[in-house]
Amino acid sequence: MSADIIKKSAAELAGLISSGEASAVEVTQAHLDRIAAVEDSVKAFTHVDPETALAQARTVDERRAAGEALGPLAGVPIAHKDVFTTIDMPTTASSKILEGWRPPYDATVTRRLREAGLVILGKTNMDEFAMGSSTENSAFGPTHNPWDLNKIPGGSSGGSSAAVAAYEAPLATGTDTGGSIRQPAAVTGLVGMKPTYGGSSRYGLIAFASSLDTPGPLARTVLDAALLHEAFSGHDPMDSTSIDQPVPPVVEAARRAEVGGLRVGVVKEFGGEGYQPGVLARFHEAVEVLESLGAKVVEVSCPHFTYALPAYYLIAPSECSSNLARFDGMRYGLRVGDDETRSAEEVMALTRAEGFGPEVKRRIMLGTYALSSGYYDAYYGKAQQVRTLIARDFDAAFEQVDVLISPTTPTTAFAIGERADDPMAMYLADLCTIPSNLAGNAAISVPCGLADEDSLPVGLQIMAPVLADDRVYRVGAAVERALQDRWGGPLLAKAPEL
Amino acid sequence: MSTETLVPYDEALARYEPVLGIETHIELGTKTKMFCGCATEFGAEPNTQVCPVCLGMPGALPVTNRSAIEGIIKIGLALNCSIVEWCRFARKNYFYPDMPKNFQISQYDEPLCVDGYLDVEVDGETYRVEIERVHMEEDTGKSLHVGGATGRIHGADFSLVDYNRAGIPLVEIVTKPIVATGDKAPLVARAYATELRELVRAVGVSDVRMEQGSMRCDVNVSLMPKGASEWGTRTETKNVNSLRSVERAVRFEIERQAGVLDAGGKVIQETRHFQEGTGTTTSGRSKEEAQDYRYFPEPDLVPMAPSREWVEQLRASLPELPAARRRRVQGEWGVADKELQDIVNAGALDLIEETVRAGAEPAAARKWWMNELSRRATEQGAELASLPVTPADVARVSALVAEGSINDKLARQVFDGVLAGEGTPDEVVEKRGLKVVSDEGQLGSVIDEVIAANPDIADKVRGGKVAAAGALVGAVMKATRGQADAGRARELIIEKLTS
Repeated sequence: MSADIIKKSAAELAGLISSGEASAVEVTQAHLDRIAAVEDSVKAFTHVDPETALAQARTVDERRAAGEALGPLAGVPIAHKDVFTTIDMPTTASSKILEGWRPPYDATVTRRLREAGLVILGKTNMDEFAMGSSTENSAFGPTHNPWDLNKIPGGSSGGSSAAVAAYEAPLATGTDTGGSIRQPAAVTGLVGMKPTYGGSSRYGLIAFASSLDTPGPLARTVLDAALLHEAFSGHDPMDSTSIDQPVPPVVEAARRAEVGGLRVGVVKEFGGEGYQPGVLARFHEAVEVLESLGAKVVEVSCPHFTYALPAYYLIAPSECSSNLARFDGMRYGLRVGDDETRSAEEVMALTRAEGFGPEVKRRIMLGTYALSSGYYDAYYGKAQQVRTLIARDFDAAFEQVDVLISPTTPTTAFAIGERADDPMAMYLADLCTIPSNLAGNAAISVPCGLADEDSLPVGLQIMAPVLADDRVYRVGAAVERALQDRWGGPLLAKAPEL
Repeated sequence: MSTETLVPYDEALARYEPVLGIETHIELGTKTKMFCGCATEFGAEPNTQVCPVCLGMPGALPVTNRSAIEGIIKIGLALNCSIVEWCRFARKNYFYPDMPKNFQISQYDEPLCVDGYLDVEVDGETYRVEIERVHMEEDTGKSLHVGGATGRIHGADFSLVDYNRAGIPLVEIVTKPIVATGDKAPLVARAYATELRELVRAVGVSDVRMEQGSMRCDVNVSLMPKGASEWGTRTETKNVNSLRSVERAVRFEIERQAGVLDAGGKVIQETRHFQEGTGTTTSGRSKEEAQDYRYFPEPDLVPMAPSREWVEQLRASLPELPAARRRRVQGEWGVADKELQDIVNAGALDLIEETVRAGAEPAAARKWWMNELSRRATEQGAELASLPVTPADVARVSALVAEGSINDKLARQVFDGVLAGEGTPDEVVEKRGLKVVSDEGQLGSVIDEVIAANPDIADKVRGGKVAAAGALVGAVMKATRGQADAGRARELIIEKLTS
C-alpha cells in the first residue's frame, strides 16, 4: 500500500481519502515512512514533525467521519518551504540567524493550507533567505537532486522540489523571486508555478525582495499544481500588494488542457549560445508538440529581456539589504557577543557577521551600495527603468500572442559545488525566469523530457499576462498530456529508484 | 566640552539676521497604529501594544491605516497645502534598537501634502510661515538608557526598549526657511509652534501634548551678517519639548552662533540637543558623519492616490479653524487684540467660550479665567485647562454673583473650595455657608455693635457726612468675614443713624 500511495498524485490521494478508500492518517504515515527511508540521502527537510502531521491527519479523518464538507485537498500531505512562518514549527529561512526561531503567527499561506485540510509534514530546505539557485546556500547543508544525488535540486525552493521528486510529499509550497519555483521544478522534472505577483499572499513569507517574492505550488502534475494554487491563493487584506480579484480558474484550465487556435510566441532572446544542446532539443520538441495540438507558434522578440538579469541583481539585492536589516539579534534569533561590555551596535554587527552566509552578505552589500546616495540613480533608478521596459516588452508581445514560451533554464541540474565559487554562473540559472518576476506576470515550468547528454530533466516555461494564470495551466496541461502519451507515463517514472 | 562665548541677544541681532526652519512631528490620535491594528493608548505597560507587524517580525507586512491618512490630509488642508494626486511611502534605512525593522516607513521625495502656509501674529504683526511639506511616517519605539551620565545610549549600563510607540502614525510638518523676522525670530518660532498646536487641536486629529511627546519640534537656526545674501550654516536643535523651549532654543542658538562667528569661527552643521534645565543647546552628532538613509520606495505598500472627492469631503468636514474663530470671538466679545492674544496664550479661549456657552456673560467668564484662575494656575505651575474646575463651574459661580447670592470675595472662596475638591460651586456654598447676609435682623445686630465700637465715625454720619458710612460698612464686612451684603449694610447704617 505504502509504495503505491506515495506515487499517487495529490488529486488521486484526495479522491481515495474522500471516498474512504484510504484515511488521511494512512496517507500521511506512508509519506512519513518514505521520508524516513530516503531523507538521509535527499536532505529535503530542515524539520519534520511526524506527530503534528499525524495529528492534523487525524483531525481531517474525524471531520470527514463527522460528515463535514472538506476541501478538495483535505488530508493530502504537503512539504512547506521554511520561508513561511508556522506557529507550531520552527521557521529559519535556512539561516543560522533564525535557527530555532518559533514564529508567534502563521503566514497566510500556512493558514490557508491548514484551512484546506492539507497536512504539513515539515519545513523544506532552501537557499538562505531564498538567495540562490541550488540550495547550496542553506546554513544547514545542501539538498540533493533525487535524479542524481550529486546534482543540485535547483533553488531556492530546492528542498521542496527534492521532496516532491523523491515522493516524500505529493505537493510542496515554494516562493519565486527570480525563478526559485520554476527552476527547481525544471531540474527535478516537476511542475512549478509562479502565480501573478499579488495573486498569492506574502504575509508571513520571510521577505527576500518584496516587489518580486511570489508564493506558488510545486507538484508532479499540472492539475495538482492548480489544486494547490487554488487552495492558498486569493486576496489577503494583510498584504497591501495582494490583488483584490478572484483567483483565475486554474483548476478548470488544468482539466481543460487544450491549445487549439492558441497563439504561442517563442522568445527569440532565449536560446542559442550558453544553452545546453539537450535543453534546446527538448524545447524544440515541445514547440512541435504545441503545433501538433493546433497552436499557432511564432517567434517574438522581447529586446529588453537581455537586461533582465542585471536589473534583477540591482533591484533584488537593494530590497534585500533593507528587508534583512531587522535581523540584528535584538528581538529574536541569534545574538552574538552580548557579554555586557559590548554596545548594541557591536552586538548587531557581530550577530550579522556570524548569522548570515556569504551569498546573503554579498547581496546585502550589493544592495546597500546600489541604494547609496550618489549611486541610487545610476543603479536602483536605472534598474527600475529597465523593469518598466521589460513589462512593456511583455505587453507588446501579448498583443501578438496568448502565451510566451522558452526553456525554463539554460542547462539541466549542475553538480553540487560546481558553481559554488562562481556567482555569475549561478545567477545565469535564472536567466529565462527573471523577466516574469520583474513584470509580475504568471509563468509555469512543466517537464518536457530528458536532455540527451545527461538524462536529466528539462523544463518548458510558459508565460501569460498578469492575472491570466489559468492560461499557463491550460497550455501546460495540454503539453503534459501529449508528452506523457509519448513517454508512456510521467517523466518522473524515468528517475532512478532511490 | 568647549567653552562658548555668548553674544548678548540685542547685540547679536544688531549684526546678524537669523533664518529659521522648524520641523514638527505630531502623533495622530488614531485608535490603531499606522500599519497594524494595535492600540495606541499613551502610558500602557511597556510592550503590551505590539504585534508581529509593529515588532517587525520576519514575514510581517504593513497595511495603511485609512484614518491616519484622513488625519494628515486634514492637517494639510488646514495648513493650506495642496494634496498630491499620487505619492508613495519610502523606507528610511538606519540601524537603531528602537526601530523594529531597522528602517522607518516614511515619505521621501513624494510627500502627501505640499506648499502651504500658516499665518502667525507677533506683537500685532502678521508673519506668513510657508510650509514646504507635510508627510506621513511611523513612530519608533522608545529607548530607556539606564546608567551612565548622559541618559543617552553611549555610556549607558543597559538599555530597555518599549515598542508600544513603534508604528504610531506620525505626521511631519516642515516649514520653508523663515526669513526677515529679525529680533522677533524666537517669538515667531514660538508663535508658529503655538498656532500649529492650536490648529491641529482644532482639527481634532491629535491631542498635541508636547509634554507627552505627541508634538515634538526640531528647530533649525542659522545666522548671516546683516545685508548678506547668502545664508549661514544651520544647526538643528532636537528635543525641544515645550513652546517656551522653542523660543529659548532659538534665542540661545542666535547668541551662541553669533559668538562663534564673532570669533571668526565657523558654525558646524550638526544636530544639537536642547537642555531644558539650562536653556542651552549641546552638540550632538555632526551632519558630516551623518548617515546615508538609502531611501527607496516602500515595496510592501501600494502608492497612495487620494481621490479628489475624498479630499473635498475632508475639506468640508474641517471645523472652524483658530484664526477664523479668533476673528469671530473678537467680534462677539468685543475684546481688543492684546487681550485676545493674552487669552490665546493662556490657553483660555476654549474655556471662556465654553463658559459663555454655559450661560455666563463673556466679560464675567473672561474675568474669572484670566484673573483669578490664571493666577492660581501660575502659582501651581499648571496649565489653566488642567485646573480641576470646569467651564460649567465658572458659569455657575458667575450666575451666583449675578443673582447676588454671593459677591466677588465669596466667589473666590467658592473657587478655593472647588479647587480643593470640595464639590460643585453649590456644594461649596452650602458646606462653607457662603451666603451674602442681607437679612435685617442678622445684619442689624452686627451694625449695632459696629456703631457702638466706632462712636466718632457714627457721629460724623449723624452730622450729615454720609460718606463716612463707608468705614462702618467695611467694619461690618470684616465682622461678617465678607458675607454681608455691602449695599444693604450701608442702607441700614444710614437708616439707623439719620432717621
